[in-house]
Amino acid sequence: MRTLHRESLAAWAFAAPALIVIALFFGVPVFAGLALSLTDFDIYALADIGNLRWQGWNNYVHVLSLPLFWQALGNTAYFVVLGVPLSIALSLAAAVLLQSKLVRFKPLLRTALFAPVVTTLVAVAVIWRYLFHVKYGLVNYTLQHFGVDPIDWLGDPHWSMPTIIGFAAWKNFGGNMIIFIAALQAVPHDLYEAARLDGARSWAQFRHITVPNIAPTLLMVAILTTAGYFQLFAEPYVMTQGGPLQSTVSVLYLMYEEGFKWWNLGLASAVAFVLFLIIVVVSKGLIAVQRRLTGEGA
Amino acid sequence: MQRRRLLTAAAVAPLAGCARDSSTTTLRFWAMGRESEVAAELIAGFEREHPNVRVKVEQLPWTAAHEKLLTAFAGDATPDLAQVGNTWLPEMQALGALEPLQPWIDRTPMLQAADYFAGIWATNAPGGQRVGLPWYVDTRLMFVRQDLLAKAGINEMPRDWAAWRETLARLRQHGMDKPLLLPTNESAPLLALALQQPEEVLRDGGRYGNFSGAGFRTALAFYLERFQRGEAPGVSEVQIGNLWQEFGRGSFAFYLSGPWDIGEFKRRLPAELANAWITAELPGPTGPGSSIAGGASLAMFKRSRHKPEAWALISYLSRPDVQLEFYRLTGDLPARRSAWAMPLNGATLAEDRHAAAFHRQLERVRAAPAVPEWERIEKEMQLAATRAVHGVTDLDATVKALDARVDGILEKRRWMLDKARA
Repeated sequence: MRTLHRESLAAWAFAAPALIVIALFFGVPVFAGLALSLTDFDIYALADIGNLRWQGWNNYVHVLSLPLFWQALGNTAYFVVLGVPLSIALSLAAAVLLQSKLVRFKPLLRTALFAPVVTTLVAVAVIWRYLFHVKYGLVNYTLQHFGVDPIDWLGDPHWSMPTIIGFAAWKNFGGNMIIFIAALQAVPHDLYEAARLDGARSWAQFRHITVPNIAPTLLMVAILTTAGYFQLFAEPYVMTQGGPLQSTVSVLYLMYEEGFKWWNLGLASAVAFVLFLIIVVVSKGLIAVQRRLTGEGA
Repeated sequence: MQRRRLLTAAAVAPLAGCARDSSTTTLRFWAMGRESEVAAELIAGFEREHPNVRVKVEQLPWTAAHEKLLTAFAGDATPDLAQVGNTWLPEMQALGALEPLQPWIDRTPMLQAADYFAGIWATNAPGGQRVGLPWYVDTRLMFVRQDLLAKAGINEMPRDWAAWRETLARLRQHGMDKPLLLPTNESAPLLALALQQPEEVLRDGGRYGNFSGAGFRTALAFYLERFQRGEAPGVSEVQIGNLWQEFGRGSFAFYLSGPWDIGEFKRRLPAELANAWITAELPGPTGPGSSIAGGASLAMFKRSRHKPEAWALISYLSRPDVQLEFYRLTGDLPARRSAWAMPLNGATLAEDRHAAAFHRQLERVRAAPAVPEWERIEKEMQLAATRAVHGVTDLDATVKALDARVDGILEKRRWMLDKARA
C-alpha cells in the first residue's frame, strides 16, 4: 500500500512540470477570460477597478442579441460551408494529380503548390488585392476579354466573401495536399491493378478504391480544416477590414474589434467563449459522423 | 534563499547605476507616423538649449498607436510626453493618464490661449480639464478642380449649400457624370456637415445620441441627396484605386480632404495641372460653414517623473519659429496664429495659395463631442450612412436605429456620470 502511494506520488512529481506549465499558461488565462466575460471590463474599469460591474450572463445575452454577431456568424458559416469543401477538393485534386504517372517534374510541382502555405499572408494579400482590383486588376482584365463586365471583387458585398474564400482556399490547400499525398502513397497498388483488370476506368478507381482507403484521413482533414476555418480573421483583417457593409466580419474579427479596438474586454471574452462552444459542437458533430461512417464500414 | 537574494541584487545593480549617476535626464517622447520621423530633427535644437536633457523619440505607427497608449497605461509604462490625436484626449483624460496643463500654461507667458484657433483650443479640454496643447491642426475642406468649374461657366466657389447644389447640377449638365467624391468609408464629410448644424450631435452632456434630432437629419438628408441625384458615386476609397490619378483625369471636381493632401496633390498631379486645382472652404447651410476641429496635441503623463523637462520640450515645440520649421518639414499646419503670420518664402503661410483656405476654415471649426466613446460612435454613424446610401434603410429608419445603437454604447457613461453625481 505504502509503496503504491509512493509510486503514484513519484508519478505526480514527474508529471508536475508539465501540469504546472499547462495550469499557468492555459488554465489561468482561460479562467481569467471566463471571469472577464462575466464583467463589463472596459477603459473606465482600467482607470479605476471600482468602475467594474458584475454582469453575470448579461454579456452572453447581449452578444446573442447583437445583429452584428449573427451577421458575423452567418459570414463565418458561409466561409466554412463553402471554404472547407473547396479547400479539401483542391488539396485532394492536387494530391491525386501529383501521384499520377502522367505528371512530370513532380518535386518542382509539389514545391510550387506548397509555396502559398509558407508565404506571408500579409504580403500575398496585398498581391491579391491588386489582382482583384476593379479597374486595374488582372482578373477583371482577363474577364473583359471574354466579354464579362468588371466585377468589384472586394468592394461589392456579394463578391467580397467569395473572394476571401478563394484566397483562403488557395493559401491553405497545400498543407492538406501533403497529408493527402502521404495517405495516397499508403493505398496498396494491387487494389488498383485488380480494379484495372476488372475494367474500372480512372473515375471508378478513384470513387471505389482511393476514397474509401483515405476516408479516415479525409475526415481528420475535414475536422482540422473546419476548426481552423471557424477562426477566420487574418484574411478579412488585411484584405477588407470587415467591409464592405460588414460582409466579411467574422466572429473572431468581431471579437478583435470589441476587445482591442473599442476595449470592451468583457464583451469580447463572451464572444470568444461563444465561438469556442460553436467549434466544440461542430467538431464533436464531425467526430460523431466519423464514428458512424467507420462503424458502418467495418 | 541565499541564491535568490544574490540574483535580485545582481538584477537591480545596473538599473540603479544608470538612473542616478549623472545629472542628465532622458525624456521618453512618443510620436506617430511622419511626425515621429521629423521630431528627431526638431529635437536637436532643444537639446542644444538644454544640455542636461536627452530626448528619446519612440516611433509608433498610427494604426497601432491607440492600442499602444492604452496598453502602456494598463502596464504602467507610459512615456513622459506623447503626441496624442485630439479625438483621443477624452479617453486618455477619462483614464486619468494625463497631467492637467493649465497650471503649467499659466507659468509660461509665451503661451497665450488667444494665439490658438478657438475651435481647436476647445478640443484640448475634455471634461473642462485642459490636458493637451495643440501641436498641429487640421480640418476638412474642399479640393476643387477650378478649371473644370470654369469650363462649365462657373467662376465662383459655392459658399452655401444652395450654390453648391447648383454648381453640381451645372457640372452634370456639362457632361461630368459624378462631380463630387464622398467615399462611403469616410465619416469625416458627414460629420463636418453635422457639425455645421446648431444642434449637438449627442444630447444631455453626451448621455444620449441626438441623431434623430433636426440638425443631424438635415445634414444626412443633404448628404444622401448627393448620391440620390447621382452627383456622388456610392463607392468606398478602396474602389477608387488611385485617388490622385482620378482627380488628375477629372473624374470628379470636388473632394473633401485635409491638409496632408496639399503635399500629395502637388507631388502626384502632372505639372500642367499645377494651377488647375485649389482649396476652398466648406459651404454651410446658409453661408460659409464650419468643419471639424482636428489635429494632434502634445500631452504630458501623470506618471512622468520629469515633468519640468517634459514641459520645457512642449513649450519649445510650441514656439512659433519651431512650429513653422515643423510645417516646412512635414506640411502639418501650425497650431498658432503667430506662426501663420511669420515670413515664409517671401510671403506668409496665411497667404499661401493652398493653405489660405485652411487658415480661414480654421477660424470656423467645431469639435466632435468630447466623449471617450466618440470614435466608436463615429464608426457607427458612417456604417449607418453607408446603409442609407445603398438604400438599405431610409432616412427616418437610419437615424432611429443609429440613436438606439449609440444609446447602448453610452450606457456605461451614463452610469458613470450618475454615480459621480450621487
